[in-house]
Amino acid sequence: MTMINLTIDGKAVSVPKGTTILEAARQMGIHIPTLCHHPDQLVKAVCRVCVVEIEGQRTFQTACSYQVAEGMVVRTATPAIREARRMIVELILSRHPQDCLQCARNLNCELQTMAEQMGIREVRFDRKLRDLPVDESSPSIIRDPQKCILCRRCVEACHVVQSVGVLYPQHRGADSIVATPADLPLGSIDCTNCGQCIHACPVGAITEKDYTAEVYAAMADPTKHVVVQTAPAVRVAIGEPFGYEPGAVTTGKLAAALRRLGFDAVFDTDFTADLTILEEGHELIKRLTEGGILPMITSCSPGWIKFIEHNFPEELDHLSTCKSPQQMFGALAKTYYAQKMGIDPKNIYSVSVMPCTAKKFEITRPEMRDSGYQDVDAVLTTRELARMIRQAGIEFVELPDEEYDDPFGISTGAAVIFGATGGVMEAALRTAYEVVTKKALPDLNFRAVRGMASIKEAEVDLDGIVVRVAVAHGLANARKVMEDVATGRSKYHFIEVMACPGGCIGGGGQPIPTTNEIRQKRIKGIYQADEGLPIRKSHENPAIAKLYEDFLGHPLGERSHHLLHTHYTKRGK
Amino acid sequence: MTVCCQRTADLGTVAEIVKKYAGQPGALLPALKEVQRAAGHLTTELLDQVAKGLNLPLSQVYGVASFYTLFSITPKGKYIIRVCESAPCHMVGARSVLKQLERELGIAAGETTPDGLFTLETTSCLGICAVAPAIMVNDQVHGNLSPDSVPEIVRAYREKGGDE
Amino acid sequence: MMQFYRSHILVCSGSNCSLRGSRAVREALVREVAAAGLAGEVKVVETGCFGLCEQGPTMIVYPEGVLYCKVTEADVSEIVRTHLLKGRRVERLLYQEPTVPKAIQLAPEVDYFKKQQRIVLKNCGTIDPESIDEYIANNGYEALGRAVTGMSPDQVIEEIKGSKLRGRGGAGFPTGLKWSSGRKAPGETKYIICNADEGEPGTSKDRLILEGDPHAVLEGMAIAGYAVGACQGFVYIRGEYVLAIERLQKAIDAAREYGLLGSGIFGSEFSFDIEIRTGAGAYVCGEETALIESMEGNRGEPRIKPPYPTDSGLWGCPTVVNNVETLANVPPIILNGAAWFAAIGSSNSPGTKVFTLSGDIVNKGLIEVPMGITLREIVYEIGGGIPGGRTFKMAQTGGTSGGCLPGTVLDVPLDADSLIPHGSGLGSGALLVMDDTHCVVDMAIAFARFFAHESCGKCTPCREGTPRFLEILQKIAAGQGRQEDLALLEELARVMLKAPLCPLGQTVPVPIMTTIRHFRAEYDAHINQKTCPTGVCQIGAPAVAD
Repeated sequence: MTMINLTIDGKAVSVPKGTTILEAARQMGIHIPTLCHHPDQLVKAVCRVCVVEIEGQRTFQTACSYQVAEGMVVRTATPAIREARRMIVELILSRHPQDCLQCARNLNCELQTMAEQMGIREVRFDRKLRDLPVDESSPSIIRDPQKCILCRRCVEACHVVQSVGVLYPQHRGADSIVATPADLPLGSIDCTNCGQCIHACPVGAITEKDYTAEVYAAMADPTKHVVVQTAPAVRVAIGEPFGYEPGAVTTGKLAAALRRLGFDAVFDTDFTADLTILEEGHELIKRLTEGGILPMITSCSPGWIKFIEHNFPEELDHLSTCKSPQQMFGALAKTYYAQKMGIDPKNIYSVSVMPCTAKKFEITRPEMRDSGYQDVDAVLTTRELARMIRQAGIEFVELPDEEYDDPFGISTGAAVIFGATGGVMEAALRTAYEVVTKKALPDLNFRAVRGMASIKEAEVDLDGIVVRVAVAHGLANARKVMEDVATGRSKYHFIEVMACPGGCIGGGGQPIPTTNEIRQKRIKGIYQADEGLPIRKSHENPAIAKLYEDFLGHPLGERSHHLLHTHYTKRGK
Repeated sequence: MTVCCQRTADLGTVAEIVKKYAGQPGALLPALKEVQRAAGHLTTELLDQVAKGLNLPLSQVYGVASFYTLFSITPKGKYIIRVCESAPCHMVGARSVLKQLERELGIAAGETTPDGLFTLETTSCLGICAVAPAIMVNDQVHGNLSPDSVPEIVRAYREKGGDE
Repeated sequence: MMQFYRSHILVCSGSNCSLRGSRAVREALVREVAAAGLAGEVKVVETGCFGLCEQGPTMIVYPEGVLYCKVTEADVSEIVRTHLLKGRRVERLLYQEPTVPKAIQLAPEVDYFKKQQRIVLKNCGTIDPESIDEYIANNGYEALGRAVTGMSPDQVIEEIKGSKLRGRGGAGFPTGLKWSSGRKAPGETKYIICNADEGEPGTSKDRLILEGDPHAVLEGMAIAGYAVGACQGFVYIRGEYVLAIERLQKAIDAAREYGLLGSGIFGSEFSFDIEIRTGAGAYVCGEETALIESMEGNRGEPRIKPPYPTDSGLWGCPTVVNNVETLANVPPIILNGAAWFAAIGSSNSPGTKVFTLSGDIVNKGLIEVPMGITLREIVYEIGGGIPGGRTFKMAQTGGTSGGCLPGTVLDVPLDADSLIPHGSGLGSGALLVMDDTHCVVDMAIAFARFFAHESCGKCTPCREGTPRFLEILQKIAAGQGRQEDLALLEELARVMLKAPLCPLGQTVPVPIMTTIRHFRAEYDAHINQKTCPTGVCQIGAPAVAD
């Protein structure tokens, strides 16, 4: 590796060729402020906050973009640089609303932090806000263009990471905005509601739609029996807002907190994740053995579902007909559970806590009313739940570990790993292998499908049937896989797709920040939880067996078909 | 709003234009120019058609169309009056010519008259500073203007009216 | 066989003359010449700009070289009857030398032409720009032939380096160095782009060169292509330049037909072709990386540099972007040698410079002068001084992105660097002269408004800072300014000079701050006394926001 010697703020340093000034400075403990810079994204150099002086250069250069060179002399904190940074932040603030106290990103806002660090106490320019309305058309995402600072991080998330491409710079100069084309409402276009733009946003210009008020109202209503389910990925992230390291497994405290908040029954979506594996695993075996449409593609991720409906409307038959675990749970809560408990389903208010903003859209789909009611009534993201816990004055860290309630309380390691990319695939293979071969798996861990590589593939021999599988996470990767499917070139039998990078642990509803580094830690937490569970294969979940025995009959049976399977809509662009 | 000059390019024409450019690198600007020539202005529907044809996100196509001043994403009048307000024109009274045009047309810069005949815009240097202050009405340049010469120019175009 | 004519009448068909009715004049001339039975003896030629745009429509009658100005259709029959038939000059249409109270008739004698040295414009106004034969007859494409048949690409680059030619688009980067970076950059496919996105206010040189001598630019591009190792060139030209686009396309077609573009040029291995791309209305596309973005079909937003286009330009390939005037200098350098060129003008930036004169100056239009000439010579001798005998207040060099210079700078020899200490540069060669009736605050508002209109919006300081210049200046003009506003303006200017992503943003403060630097008292009058010394600003009127 070629090393480059340079001087930053009078100190000599040697760093590998290709290092940016920003990285070199950080290695030396010099913090250069940034706004448009994001650790997982391409260099933009548009906010100009990270400008530095380089000896011999007429203009400042942005530390985020400029690579070190031999003998370079850099100064990061001269009076001219301080003046420039303050001026730039002041210019941004002069067009930014000052309602920080009411903002969803209060105390978790990169602009707020920067203004505080720079000690900005006044803005000398007339305040001129962009006269643009808040877009609340989407059930998942709210966009407030007044707060946008045009860093373009959401544009990269939307176009490059997700290849959805609904947010883009529009107009020119002082009129520039980042927006949907022609300001079309987000809820009316091909936005997938994945919420990755929320993680990209340094400020409060893009946030989740908050449903805590609805949930509070339901809990306050004495006629309502309020049940809650928690998705696998929530347990490795909910601790973060309370000071836990990303990936810390806090399942017991999560259940305890929900109980203290006043939910009447606290359930685990993991239960219906196991159920999904039974249904989807059998569907796969059926397609493989009876000549069904292949590859079969998973259908748990609602952002992915909306994406394929818009972008590959002719390929919908590849999707598994299984509902997502959230929706299987919803359908069962107002049928099986209602019956079992003797509660009128119309009085059940079903809440789910999800790492996901697209889930808020999924519950509104007309297909998701198989119980005779809207199957799930409200979706809270991990962030919203954290806010509720804080509002209730619950000391999360001090909570005891508690268990989930029956009958949806027992689940397996196979269900937990739904939260990470490759997890659904691995869980399905654990079951499919044993169901088909009638033999015990020598090694439960399908490591080839784990991790952050963009597209992962593996081959599994099910006693003579070789199953080729692929796993894609992030919609740009999904698009690549789908282009082969659409042209008939795909060599796979089974594909897992998750809309969000890293899978659900990196979902649009997870705590902010969510970066690739944090995603890795949450993934680690997920596999740790898997290994800590006594049962790690869905078909060995005794509660699932009981559910089939008592209520559903058998996988792909009549009742399953009615309650647990669905169909899709050709949306097009 | 009635816009008498609004040409309604049939979608077939637009489809043909887009087809011609499909798959070519850098085709977006020429394609948009041609579609605008055929259609008058670039409606979101037309931009959507261009986006689909060139396999680009609509947001990007709209972002490009709204960036350049020669593209119109809103309906424009039959006569687009562009008033140069760069320094050489400014110093010899471009501002008063603009004000007179605003009075004469009853609209502000950036607006279109209700009859759809005129759109008034300001523009950067037209490069004809020898005859400053200058305006362009569609492709026709008028130079050496004063507020007094404005009514005559407007009248001439009014008389031409909707005729080509 | 070439027909022999006893007389050629060159009628300017540049945009300014066209605007003033030169087409009708030329058509009338053809009619009248034919009616007088002179069709076989007198040839009417449509040419590019003479540069005397203020005097248009203009024409020159050869072989005598008599210059007629402000010719109308009604004057044509008199010219035919008196000059062509009787051999007497039409006195009332002769060019009036502003400083000398007698009519001077011959073009070469006119001060306006005498002080000029025409290299780039040598064919403008003397040949028919739509005739490749006339261009060839004037040594056209000889330089290209010499380069591809007798010189190695490295020799061509050495020749350009030796000439010390510097870019004429504004930045003044050494052309030979740029070509050599392009040549050295690894890559199979390379491109030459001619930057004809001339948007600098008060500049029309590139358009008039393309209208008057399009082949010179094409030849320069082909030589650049040979030197750099590119086989495709593009001319990126403003969409508004309708006539130039038309002439350029005709020239490309003709050159292809003659085998001067295409494969195996002059029987060599070298192939080169040129296509036109038109802009869609964005000043910032004059910046080379924004231009490339635009050509790729994107918003015309500048890219971060490095990488420079010579390493990674159009479609990621090494790309050399040169200005129209720069390229037009290339064939004469190859023909006459680097030493010849290096000896012209000033030593650190040799050659000539084409200026566009506008504002309060008698002779508005295009001139070409050797580097090192003074502003005084341009304004008072070539430009004919200030109309109405009024007093020179300031001149803005380089267009709106250049600085405003007071009278004390009139005797500084002009070259690529000499104006830097005074807060300006030659830039695009625009020269806007302002007399003492103009208010500096009012002019600064015009500059700020221009940039606010043209900022692309990509980077924060330019997007948010530029409108603030306008806002504060409007406050001052309305008599609502405070000294703190001026201080804020100066602080904003310091930041804007160094922090924005591209040269557009970095030049926003230049014209505005030079007006403060050189005319501070006038600002103070607006702020402290609430008066506009020139009476231009309406003190007390509400500060207009736009």
